[in-house]
Amino acid sequence: MDTSHDSSENRVVLKASGIGKTVKSGESDLVILREIELAVIAREAVAIVGASGSGKSTLLAILAGLDTPTVGTVHIDGTDLFSLDEDQRAELRGRTVGFVFQSFQLLPALTALENVMLPLELAGRADAESEARQILARVELGERLGHYPRHLSGGEQQRVALARAFVVRPKLLLADEPTGSLDTESGDSVIELMFELNRSFGTTLVMVTHDEHLAGRCARAVRLAGGRIVS
Amino acid sequence: MIRQAMRMLARDWRGGELRVLAAALVVAVASVTSVAFFADRVSRALVRDAHQLLGADLVLVSDHAWKPAIADEIVRRGLERAEAITFISMTRTGEGDAAKGQLAGVKAVSEKYPLRGRLRIAPAPNAPDAVAQAGPARGTVWIEERLVTALDAPVGSKLRLGTGTFEIAAVITLEPERGANFFNIAPRLIMNVADVPATQLVQTGSRVWYYLYAAGAREAITAFEPWAKQQLERGQRIENLENGRPEVRASIERAERFLGLTALLAAILAGVAVALATRRFVERHLDGCAVMRCLGATQPRLLALYGTEFLLLGMAACAAGCVIGIAAQEALAQVLSGVLRADLPPPSVLPAVQGFLVGVVLLLGFALPPLVQLKNVPAVRVIRRESGGPKGTAIAAYALGLATLAGLLIWQAGDLKLGSYVVGGFLVAVIGFALVAWVGLRMIASAPLARRIAGGNVALRYGLANLRRHSRGNAIQVASLALGLTAVLLLTFTRNDLVDAWRRSAPPDAPNRFLLGVQPEQLVPVKQFFAANRIEVPDLYPMVRGRLTARNGSKVSDADFSDERARRLVEREFNLSFTDAPPAHNSVTAGKWFAPGAREVSVEEGIARTLGWSLGDELTFTVGSESFSANVTSFRKLRWDSMKVNFFVIAPPKLLEGFPASYISAFRLPPGNERLMLDLTARYPNVTVVDVGAAVRQAQGVIDQVIVAVQFVFLFALGAGLLVLYSALVATEDERRREAAVMRVHGASRRQVTGSQRVEFLAMGLLAGILATAGAAAIGQLLARRVFELDLPLSPELWIAGPLAGVALLSLNAWLSARKVLRASPALTLRDAV
Repeated sequence: MDTSHDSSENRVVLKASGIGKTVKSGESDLVILREIELAVIAREAVAIVGASGSGKSTLLAILAGLDTPTVGTVHIDGTDLFSLDEDQRAELRGRTVGFVFQSFQLLPALTALENVMLPLELAGRADAESEARQILARVELGERLGHYPRHLSGGEQQRVALARAFVVRPKLLLADEPTGSLDTESGDSVIELMFELNRSFGTTLVMVTHDEHLAGRCARAVRLAGGRIVS
Repeated sequence: MIRQAMRMLARDWRGGELRVLAAALVVAVASVTSVAFFADRVSRALVRDAHQLLGADLVLVSDHAWKPAIADEIVRRGLERAEAITFISMTRTGEGDAAKGQLAGVKAVSEKYPLRGRLRIAPAPNAPDAVAQAGPARGTVWIEERLVTALDAPVGSKLRLGTGTFEIAAVITLEPERGANFFNIAPRLIMNVADVPATQLVQTGSRVWYYLYAAGAREAITAFEPWAKQQLERGQRIENLENGRPEVRASIERAERFLGLTALLAAILAGVAVALATRRFVERHLDGCAVMRCLGATQPRLLALYGTEFLLLGMAACAAGCVIGIAAQEALAQVLSGVLRADLPPPSVLPAVQGFLVGVVLLLGFALPPLVQLKNVPAVRVIRRESGGPKGTAIAAYALGLATLAGLLIWQAGDLKLGSYVVGGFLVAVIGFALVAWVGLRMIASAPLARRIAGGNVALRYGLANLRRHSRGNAIQVASLALGLTAVLLLTFTRNDLVDAWRRSAPPDAPNRFLLGVQPEQLVPVKQFFAANRIEVPDLYPMVRGRLTARNGSKVSDADFSDERARRLVEREFNLSFTDAPPAHNSVTAGKWFAPGAREVSVEEGIARTLGWSLGDELTFTVGSESFSANVTSFRKLRWDSMKVNFFVIAPPKLLEGFPASYISAFRLPPGNERLMLDLTARYPNVTVVDVGAAVRQAQGVIDQVIVAVQFVFLFALGAGLLVLYSALVATEDERRREAAVMRVHGASRRQVTGSQRVEFLAMGLLAGILATAGAAAIGQLLARRVFELDLPLSPELWIAGPLAGVALLSLNAWLSARKVLRASPALTLRDAV
């Protein structure tokens, strides 16, 4: 029986089974992740926490299908990620997954509006501009549509990144240290906004952070150490 | 897809990412199309004017008079007939102190000339012209504007030609057979053929061409041509619409090829700029691509998007390049208008197609290889920036582009050997320059040396350290700058040095005048004229015009030879001379000088080599209707640049005395005696005095125009070189900015930051300047020894100007770059770089 579709409320959106990752380091093998089991149900907010080098960013990359595990499987919305090829995974991401990064990853040559339009344009949506305007207004950047990333503060850049992540109404939002490059004040306001958007769009959130306080705001925290889930 | 690509293009354009790339494509296409459009117009003019170029449907050309039977046959077959004879002669005006003289290309024509096309004449220079209804009336001449100026002879005044005096009746504005005027040096004079005897200019030893023109019904012409062909003697040929003016076509094709090669070199340089600019574009888009991969873009889609974006840009740049090309070819036509005396038709679209082709080759060959990397960016780069950095694009990836361009070059050169030389030379120069630059930069910056130079100076130490760290990128910059500079130095300093060296190679007492066409009975009075005027009496050498008809008993024909020079030599009449002792400036290199009265000849060693003659060969020459044979018993070496009279074949006087001869001499006319020569030619009108200096100056005028045209095309190459330089510099700009920011964060003063950059750029500029100077000097030496056969001394000016130019160019760049680096706040720079 497919457990991920038993009810819409408890539907498993993200499921990782037996994930392990080993890389070659000189002559020896370096184990980064081992035996990771994780299931995240719809609308749940999960924090992955751990010290530097605990493997949390690698886990996030594997969950997003950006990196491949040595062993194990990841299902997103019922689809086995690694049964797909690289391009099929990209298409699945485009439909289902939103991203927020520590370093914002806005395209420097594009204005705030164009950055937010980008995923919609890639999906061939004709309403890209109006949708992007709406969501930018919602993150309170309606006045700064034509500004380039270099003319925006860190907090503002991350809000543009949030708008870009949410504009495609993703089922799953993956966030990698979203406040890592921000001061406390703007970090707080960005987090506030992220949770609010998450609630209102009914998105499932998986966030990597080393910030215990931030992790505390999630329904559940998964702790990594030495490549294993320790709690 | 296309809309998305267009949006991306607009955004990237706005971001300034694509400007160098576009500029490089524009320069390449403009360079190629400017020459191609121009060449197209010239060849269309040649096709359009084919009839006019001939002045008839069929032209019979001969270096001796036509037999009346052939001229009569033209009329007998119901064809129209015209005649002309051409020769070079002195024209004179004025008397005493007001006398003026000028060599002219005389063309004496019969009444019906030209049978095809029209002569246009005007009553005065720059006055409106009109079609001439008939040739010049007897007793009158028409002259070209250049002759009006040189002789100060307005329409209506008198002009002396040989023993005749003529009234100048009109100024020639357009001559059919204009083909003959392409690259024409002596200004044209047209007269009535019936007046020629009155000038007494056609005498023994005169070089005269005789033309018979025929025009009429196509069938009659087609029937006449094979008949005429059968009647041809040595020194006679037929020109028709297909083969007409082969020498004009050949020289124009050579010029076009040379310009075309230069244009393609610009295109290759532009290719380097395209590759560098695309690489930078790719580096700057890696993150964006990773994000797009995250956002759902597949690899094929990314490639298609960027491919379409570049293709759109390429098309726009090619179109812009074509427009500039059209404007530039107009300028080219203007520059060469003095050489190319023809009005050119508008160009066709074909060169534009060629331009687009070159643009697309550059784009596919040089932009695609780095661009393909974008699709390979791993999406995980958004989380781990260090993954998926740009790899150096393998040279192999550019192989297709390079091979295509090499193919284009060879095709343009029209000859595999020349094309391969150009391609090979270019490659060797690029690789050589880059290698020397790399080694040189690393040597300058080598730790012990740098420490000694820098001492405690931080800026100097950092600058030298940077040289070493950026040695790969810097070597490319130095090499590209050196290439561009080499071209400029060659065309400025080296060219002048060569001309100077050539001038110096003639000794100060070298002859500066040639005396031609002195008849035997004039020998004594001419010598007396010199003696009476206290000018050293020149040696006058006898000259008999004879044609080589057989060697060792077998008939000789130009068809026996494949070498172009050999064919020409055999086709023409030889100037044979006779003397008992070898001339002073000749030396016998093989065999023995003939004994007086022997049936032997002495031959110049070069011509013997070209024509495959050996000692002991029996050569048969025909002079007029008589022949003589003699054995080759010695080879001589001559100094052609001695400006003395030289002969390929010299025989004992006994052998040649019976043949009609004229006398020739080269002598030095002391300054201030110029007027005497006018007196001499006034007294002996059949004698021609050629002012070597003036002839050289006239030729120089033509050469100068061609050089201006070449320089004009080199401007594109220079532009492309500067673009390579710029793109190579901006390629390292981000890194420089980051380094400067880090330096400033850690307390470096502005002076230290700019100082270290200045040191780096100064060293690069100096190296590039020295390399370019060495390159220009080496090419100069090669040209001097191989082509001009003279010694080119080292030019101090070149060795000062070359390195200075390199330093100046890169100092300017250092200044601009430092301004940019310092203007950016270190915090912003470092944040961007995260």
